[in-house]
This record gives sequence, structure tokens and C-alpha cells, in this order.
Amino acid sequence: MWLYALRRIILTIPILFGVTVICFALVQIAPGDPIQNLLSPTASQADAERLRAAYGLDKPLPVQYVIWLGKVLVGDMGMSIANNTPVTGEVLRAFTNTIVIAMIAVVIAFILSTIFGVAAAYRSGGLVDKAITAVAVFGISVPTFWLGVILVIIFAVNLSWLPATGMGAGGSKGFDYLSWSDFRFAVMPIIALALPPLGIMTRTTRSSLSEILNQDFVQTLRAKGLSEFEVMVHAVRNIMPAAVAMLGLQLGYLIGGSVLVETVFTWPGTGYLLNKAILTRDIPLLQGTILVLATAFVLINLVVDLAQSLIDPRIKRS
Amino acid sequence: MNSSRMRGVLKLAAIAVFGFGLGGHASAESVLRVAMTAADIPDYTGAPDQGYEGYRFAGYTLYDALALWDLSSSDKAADIVPGLATSWEIDPQNNKRWIFNLRQGVTYHDGCPWNADSAIWNFKRVMDPTAPQFNARHVGQMGTYVVNIASVDKLDDYKIAINTKAPSSLFPYEMAMYYMISNCAVTAAGNDYNVYMKKPSGTGPYKFDSVVPHERLELVKNDKYWNPARIPKHDRLVLLPMPEASTRAAALLSGQVDFVEAPSPDTIPRLKDAGMQIITVPYPHNWDYMLRVDTPPFNDIRVRQAANYAMNRQDMVDMLQGVAVAADQTLIESQPWYGHPVKYEFDPDKAAALLKEANCSPCKIKVGISTSGSGQMQPLPMNELVKEQLEAVGFQVQLEPMDWNALIGVFLSGAGKSDFNAINFSMAPIDPVQGILKKWMTEYQPPACCNWGFYSNPKLDALGKQALGEFDPAKRNVLLTQMNEMAVADAAELYIVHDLNPRALSPKLSGFVQAQSWFQDLTPIVVAP
Repeated sequence: MWLYALRRIILTIPILFGVTVICFALVQIAPGDPIQNLLSPTASQADAERLRAAYGLDKPLPVQYVIWLGKVLVGDMGMSIANNTPVTGEVLRAFTNTIVIAMIAVVIAFILSTIFGVAAAYRSGGLVDKAITAVAVFGISVPTFWLGVILVIIFAVNLSWLPATGMGAGGSKGFDYLSWSDFRFAVMPIIALALPPLGIMTRTTRSSLSEILNQDFVQTLRAKGLSEFEVMVHAVRNIMPAAVAMLGLQLGYLIGGSVLVETVFTWPGTGYLLNKAILTRDIPLLQGTILVLATAFVLINLVVDLAQSLIDPRIKRS
Repeated sequence: MNSSRMRGVLKLAAIAVFGFGLGGHASAESVLRVAMTAADIPDYTGAPDQGYEGYRFAGYTLYDALALWDLSSSDKAADIVPGLATSWEIDPQNNKRWIFNLRQGVTYHDGCPWNADSAIWNFKRVMDPTAPQFNARHVGQMGTYVVNIASVDKLDDYKIAINTKAPSSLFPYEMAMYYMISNCAVTAAGNDYNVYMKKPSGTGPYKFDSVVPHERLELVKNDKYWNPARIPKHDRLVLLPMPEASTRAAALLSGQVDFVEAPSPDTIPRLKDAGMQIITVPYPHNWDYMLRVDTPPFNDIRVRQAANYAMNRQDMVDMLQGVAVAADQTLIESQPWYGHPVKYEFDPDKAAALLKEANCSPCKIKVGISTSGSGQMQPLPMNELVKEQLEAVGFQVQLEPMDWNALIGVFLSGAGKSDFNAINFSMAPIDPVQGILKKWMTEYQPPACCNWGFYSNPKLDALGKQALGEFDPAKRNVLLTQMNEMAVADAAELYIVHDLNPRALSPKLSGFVQAQSWFQDLTPIVVAP
């Protein structure tokens, strides 16, 4: 298994290389450049050119990319053009802010979806199944930014229970997840993040379990006189590999795809950072964020694959 | 059970369940929390980015310039007054030499003395690439204000002479935008501005306290500010970037902030219902179309006039629920150079006739617009309405939306580098340099500056030269007014509306006077507990 893990880690290198090349190229194709945000509207083009040269943006694109890559290989992701701060620190700080709420969201979604999926499959076709399916379809269909705004209107504006925006009363510095006065800032972003995976995983759990419950071995278990609870335990164990795979995939999506939720709640995570980097064409920051997100996504998938083979001995890896 | 009682019960339930209070933290310190529209904290090292919002919150709070804007009145357009210079005059013997008398007894926040040496050091920071304090980033923002300076001489410890390349009677306006930062602080930081930004130091009414990158900038009052009338009436100013209008409104309604920039028109009734103060005032912020006038169809004055006559500006004002006023020209009425120019009242028949006369039917135009951006108001619905009104008289409008960064690029590179006939790019004509000279004089066509659409009128150019060499303010204003009237008569732009810059303030704030300016003085604001 260790050999398999090593091989997978080595295989991530070309993936990451490809991701950074594509990302770099896409930013260049898009109109605009990072210097424009640093210029006064009455600046001359000579000022623009001087600034472009100061940031090395006057060099040919392949040269710019190779310079960036060379720095990354020695652990330096460069400086953000918009903020003049080291990208490494910026991205890691944002990544920490995102990974925590994404993990909480996905764990909540996993637990609830398992409960809902099992209940729906067990009562297939009944009222419970229909109600749970409605919730799941809502979770899958609802745009998260809309949900975010609705949550803010209800819980922040109308009820004043939770803060509308930000990460902590004094900013993310010193944010303590174990303190309610801080954690309440995370509640709505977590709910908004958790709902789509809750819907997807509920549907997956329900359909996988329904299929399992129709298999012969379940009939055999019942014929042997096992209680319904014991039958369900056997059945649920059989859907776990698929559920864990789905959990990993959803965590990956939440880490990279939380741009809208983080923007609505001004949550200073990677999604928020990515949005800023795109809008300001801050290429070093954009490249650094993408690199970290891609690495995280690949590693999460690897961990999920390994976990699957531990859970299900039938999945053999060479 | 009525809704307010239901809400009360729910709040009590929340307290019971979660054990948290709903009030703010008890503190003797009075804190003013401002939600900016900026997507990030503006550069606070003395050359703010992110448009004039950056100057408003990270510029004039921490820093002063030789001249400052008088922001004490809502009744007249803001003009410049003495700042770090107590007075200035043109050398009677040389109309290219300005003498500035510097204010004595002023120190930067770090205790560094303000004097002629500090002033000269500050000019070198942008003008001299060989100086150790030279900052290429600052050139991008500040270079435009010193482009006309040939040299700066020290006459004594509190007097400097600034030699300009050409006579420039409007030069003091440029000096109102050029911030002075502590030379001692930058030198102590080894001329490394990344180190300096950990403890920036100016002479402004607020001092830097702390920053959480991308999230908040905290300033505290400078109780030793040289102008006692402008010592802040609150202890701390917290600046929060919140680009989403709905988030800003929600933050104000939920008590997380006290002062919100530019609430969207559709949230204003809700904010008013909640007891918030909505403040609007005209200021020099024109939302218009810059026209490319060196190529068809806008090289024909009849087409430009037709576009202006096609505008039903009141419709636009109504759509914006009154947070804008109809624009007859680039400037607002309270500016001294407004004059009595031609007015293009809504007249669709006249517009259609002019297009027919110009033989432009359908008159195809391509317009670059942004999806959002600093000062762009509500660009998508507003541009749709402009398109509808133009097409009603015979234009065929192709709107090409792009993000703000891309449109800035289109503007900075000039009309010659793209195929747009017009762009919707709002500007800040706060002074005659930006509102008249750089907008219309031929010498400011790209790549020199910002006459985007290559407008050129030799008569206007001649008046401009005359104005720059006229040091009597009254006579100069007459010339500038004539220039402005001339540009309007030429229908040099498509005039649409002026923003009224709505702001929403918590009822616990008092004392704010919204100036007719892009810049605002926050110091008089009192925050009730």
C-alpha cells in the first residue's frame, strides 16, 4: 500500500504542473493585467510601463512562468502584486480558514446524510422517504450564494442571532473555534457549505442502500432471524466505501469551490482569496492559491482511496 | 402573536439556548466601524490604490498633503485649503516657480519633524529613481501629480520652491493629492516599504494601530493633530472591506458596522425602516459614456448630439430610486466652472432627425461596460436602459460587458487600442485639472493621459494654455468655464447622471457632514454608546 501511495504522490507532480500551466495561460488570455489596479486613472502609459517592468511583467510569458516555477521549486511562491505581501503566508492562512469550516461542514453533511439516507431507504416510497428526498433535492438545487443571503436575512438581520459577515469580532487573527463568541461567525458559512453535500450524499446513500437491501444476502440475514437493526448495520457497512469516496470528493469541492459562500460572508478563506486574485489579476497570488488547492484536492483523493481499501478488504491495491 | 413579539420570543430563546447576549461588547472606547465598497484594504503606505475610496479611507485619514480639501460643508463643492503648507504663491519673478510656506510645529506620528527636508525627501520618493526611498508602486498612483515638477528647492527649514516644467496655475490642486509620509519611519525600515507598512506614519488625524490583511484596518485618533478642530471625536476607526452591497446592508442592520458606503438603491427603503440615516449629496462623480470622437460615427457632432438628446435622464434617476441626478455635463452645478452651457433636454424626435441628417441609420456603436467596479454604480441595469433609449432613436448598440480590471485596461490604453466607440467609465472631475484640462486638451490624449476618446479642439487648447498661465483665480475660472462650455457644446461626452453617493449611517452616529467631494472627513463623527 505504501508503494501505491508513493506512486500516487509522484503522479501528482505532472497534475500540478498541468494545473499551473493552464491557470497561468487562462489569466493571460483574459483581458486586463495586475498593474492596472495600481495606477491612478490619470497615470500615463509611461508610468504603467515602469511599474510593469518593476514586477517583471514586461518579460515574455514563458520566461515569467519559468521564473515563477523556479521560485516555487525552492519554496517561494513570490509576492502578491496587489498587496505586496508573501503569497505563501497569504495562501496558508486562507487555507487554514477554509479547511476547518469545510471539514466541519462535510462531517455534519456526512453524519446527517447517513441518517437521512438510511431512513429514506428503509422507508422507501413512504412519507419519510419523500420528505427526505425533498430536503436532498433542495440541497442539491439551491444556489449557495442565494442560501447565504437568505440565512443572513433571517439569522443576522431579522433575528440578530448570528453575525452577518466576517471572521471574528476582531478579524481572523486569534480566531478561536472553541469559543462561541468567535465560532458563531462560522455557523452560517458552515450551514451554507454543508447543504449541497448533504443533498448529494443523502441521495447517494439512499440509492446505494436501496440496492443493497434488495440483494440476496440481506434476505439470508433476515432468514437467519437477525433483527432489522442488525440487518441495517450489515447493509450500511456495505455502502461505506462509496460513502467515504463521496465524502472525500465533497471535501475537495468545498475547499476549492467555496468562492461564492466565502464572498457572501466575507470569510477570509481560499475562495475569497481566489476571487480577489482573479478580479485584480494578481497572478502570483492566483497561481499560489491554485497550486495549494490542487495539491489538497489530489491528496484528499489519495487519502480517500487508501481509506476505502482499509474499509473494504475486497478493494485490493497492488 | 405579532411579528415583533415573535422575534422577541425567538431572541430570548436564543439567549437561553446559546447563552450569548445580543448587545455589543462593553467598552469605554468609542469605535466607528465603516464598511467600504473596496474589495480589499487599500494601500496605506502613502499612495492609496482602489480609486478615490482608497484616498478617502487610507489616505486623508493617516496622511496630509501640502494642500487639503475643505470637507466641512455640504453646500458647496469642496475646494482646497492650506494643509501641511500654510500658504503658497507664485514667484512674482518667475511663473514657473511656486513658493510653499510649510506649517511649523508639526510632527509625524512617530515624532519625526515635518520640515523642508522631509518635503524634499517625499518628492524624491516618487521622482528620483536613484533615491533609496524611491517606490515604483507609489509612482503608479502619485506620479501623475508630480509629472509637471522640474525640481524642488529648499529655501529655508520651512519654505520650499517647486519649479514646474511649464506655467501651471492649477498646480496646488495636484499638491492636494500628494501625501507626505514620515522619512524617519521609512529610513528606520531600511527603505523597505514592506517593513514600513508594519508601522506606517503620517501627520494625519488618525494613527495606524493594526491591520488584519484583507479583513480590517484599525486606526486610532491622533490627539496631537495640528488642527485641533479635526481631532477625531471617536477613539478608533475600523475600516472593513465589503464589496457586496447586500453584505454591507446586512452588516449595518445587524449592528456589525455603523457606517456603510453606497448601499444599493433597493436596500434603502429597508434601511430607512430600520431607522438608519440615509445621506445623499451631489458631488463630482459623473456616470457617462466617454466617446471616441476621431472615428465614425462619433466624429460627427450630430451623432454625439443625437445620443445626448436621446437620453431620458429622469427615467434613469427613477430607476435608481433617486440616488442620482440628471447630468447636463461633466461637472456639477456647484463647481465654479459649470458655466451656462448648452443643455441636451430629452428630445427623441430631434435625436432621430439628427441621426438621419448625419446619414447614420441604423447608427451602430459598440460600448465597453463593466459588470461592477469603483464608482460604476449599477452598471448592468443602467447600461441596459441607456441602450434602450439610444435604440429608440435609431442607434444600434452593442454592449460588451467585462470585469472592472479589463475596463480599466481599455481606458488606460486609450481608444486607439480597442474597437469601442464608447466606454462607460465614471470619473472624478473633482478639480479643473481632472475635470477639464486632462479630459479635453489635445496634449492629454493617450498615451500621455486620459483624454480617452481623442477629443481635440484648438480653441479649447488655446484657452487651456491661457488658463495655466493665469494666476488670478477669478480670471482663470472664467477661462476654465469657457473651456467647459465649449466641450459641452461639442457634445464631447454622452452625459447621463451624477451619482449622489448614498451612505447609510447607524442612528447612534451624529456630526457627519457629507461634503460635495469624493473625500469625506470622518473626524467630526460622534459615536453614541
